[in-house]
Amino acid sequence: MEFIELFILAINALRTNVVRTVLTMLGVIIGIASVIIIMSLGSGATQSIVGEISSFGANILTVQAGRNVRGPGGGGGSTVDTLVEDDVKALALLPNITSVAGLVSTNKQITYDGTAVQSSISGVEETYAQIHELSLSQGSFISESQVATRSKVVVLGDQLVEDIFGVDAQVVGESVRIDGKSFRIIGVITDSSSALAPLSTVQKVILSQNYFNSIEVLVDDSELVTSAETAVSDTLLLRHEINNVNDADFSIRSAQEMIDSISSVTGTLSAMLAGIAAISLLVGGIGIMNIMLVTVTERTREIGLLKAIGAKQRDILWQFLIEAVVVTLMGGLIGLSLGVLVTFVATKFLSIPFVVSLSSILLAIGVSTGVGIVFGYYPAKKAAALQPIDALRYE
Amino acid sequence: MSKTIKKANKKTTRKTIISFRNIHKSYQTGPITYEALKGVSFDIVQGEFVAITGPSGSGKSTMMNIIGALDLATSGEYYLRERLIDAYDDDELSEIRNRDIGFIFQSFNLLARTSVLKNVERPMMYGKVPKAAREAKALECLDLVGLKDKANNMSNHISGGQIQRVAIARSLVMNPAILLADEPTGNLDTKTAHEIMGFFKELNKQGHTIILITHEDDIAAFASRVIKVKDGLIESDK
Ligand SMILES: Nc1ncnc2c1ncn2[C@@H]1O[C@H](COP(=O)(O)OP(=O)(O)OP(=O)(O)O)[C@@H](O)[C@H]1O
Ligand SMILES: [Mg+2]
Repeated sequence: MEFIELFILAINALRTNVVRTVLTMLGVIIGIASVIIIMSLGSGATQSIVGEISSFGANILTVQAGRNVRGPGGGGGSTVDTLVEDDVKALALLPNITSVAGLVSTNKQITYDGTAVQSSISGVEETYAQIHELSLSQGSFISESQVATRSKVVVLGDQLVEDIFGVDAQVVGESVRIDGKSFRIIGVITDSSSALAPLSTVQKVILSQNYFNSIEVLVDDSELVTSAETAVSDTLLLRHEINNVNDADFSIRSAQEMIDSISSVTGTLSAMLAGIAAISLLVGGIGIMNIMLVTVTERTREIGLLKAIGAKQRDILWQFLIEAVVVTLMGGLIGLSLGVLVTFVATKFLSIPFVVSLSSILLAIGVSTGVGIVFGYYPAKKAAALQPIDALRYE
Repeated sequence: MSKTIKKANKKTTRKTIISFRNIHKSYQTGPITYEALKGVSFDIVQGEFVAITGPSGSGKSTMMNIIGALDLATSGEYYLRERLIDAYDDDELSEIRNRDIGFIFQSFNLLARTSVLKNVERPMMYGKVPKAAREAKALECLDLVGLKDKANNMSNHISGGQIQRVAIARSLVMNPAILLADEPTGNLDTKTAHEIMGFFKELNKQGHTIILITHEDDIAAFASRVIKVKDGLIESDK
């Protein structure tokens, strides 16, 4: 018998009990839908995070003061005093390096007219704006001369402006107080909630320290980041007279490294959720097997009749197996559509990119077919093995 | 022309198609063994029209199921087309049921929720008849039993007599040598029953070997040979 004929037979058989068919599919629908949602939201979220990190600069190396502190914010407000101006100068001499800049950061209260907001403040140089591709919505960025003269000027993130001054406030020329000192606002940057001031001002006026919390190294090309990382590390180890990398008093982070670690986190998370989805598919599969066994029992006489008119064991086997696969495949396709729909709505709300990969679609189809074959085989085999006379006499 | 002469003629000119040699059949129900056939022997030659009669529980259906390769004897030899039935494997038995034997049962003959046409076409699906040829052949056989116009009816939307006629049409599509009918008129009124028997008579004339089980003498009268069974043994054969 041809495959297409078996397919039509299966559809006809399933049509006679639509409610049962749909209920049978439910486990597979839910299982496949969750797989699709998890995979799609997972890759969407990863893509959006990776995109953010990459825009941060794929060719930036950040040297953080302190021993191998991992994780976001690990070096913020560090009191390790090992990264100094001479380190910056030495690193600037390395090949394939565009620029090197020291960075200090701290947390201070910013006050204006009775309103106080806690915020992170970084001391930066003029190049910072280009390195981090900052865009200004008002005013201008910190200039070289302001760094040289330790000007008490500040650039605020737009969210910070909103918190302090309210929506759409024009704030350039206004003054805020930071750590009790008056700073003139010279610009506003978009998509930020922190404050930036000249490096020397934060370092000397606010923190009274000579060292940096971190050093940012801009590499000529993102392809050269890995080799540059080694060079930076070697240089600093030599300068700090440390023999073993494991004893380093600094740690180097690159965008790629962050992407890798985030990918591995989302990967683990996805794997865990996929495990839950797999359990749901297993339950769905057992449901299918159960219903197929009932179906075989109900249709025992029919099987006897088919054998009497010439059906072979494999004809019966295929008929019931295809029937099971059609159920799971239809369940899979419904689950796929449902999953895509939910993902679409969810990405709109979470404002992450809507990605449904071909691999997740193929996985859905493959898995649902597989569930049908695995769990439909036993009932189909049982049907095929029925002796014609026993089947015909079945009451 | 008497029946005995006709039978003798056939025996000399035609091949033996079915041969039972001391067939026994026992059923095991828990600890109890029931012997439904206690040593049955007979030959049926090609083109015969045989009626098997006997009281209820005498073993008629048991015999028929063995002839039709739906069941196997406990002991004894059954030769189909001069070959021992034990020599066929499961697939070959399916092929025999598909090509050589047409079944008409007393009830539950048709697939539910399936059209008359699809029911009649079904054996051809298993018989690897090209798809294009199936519908024409099915309609031809339905025409023979006068039901061409019901081809697209669902099997549960036709009468009992029509169901039996559809079953006859289905039994014919593979053009089998043997037609086996287990009380095909058991659920029908006399008029309809005789109509059905008319078809069997006609098919026998065309050369099909027909073996049918019946309780009723008027139905048995259509046959050229009557085998009477009693308590698992042949009581008479003429
Ligand atoms: N599967 C079975 N298990 C046990 N006993 C059986 C089985 N099938 C038939 N029998 C017994 O074998 C005997 C013969 O049964 P069979 O069906 O051949 O009778 P029959 O002549 O066709 O009767 P009827 O005219 O009522 O159809 C009966 O006594 C019956 O109870
Ligand atoms: Mg019977």
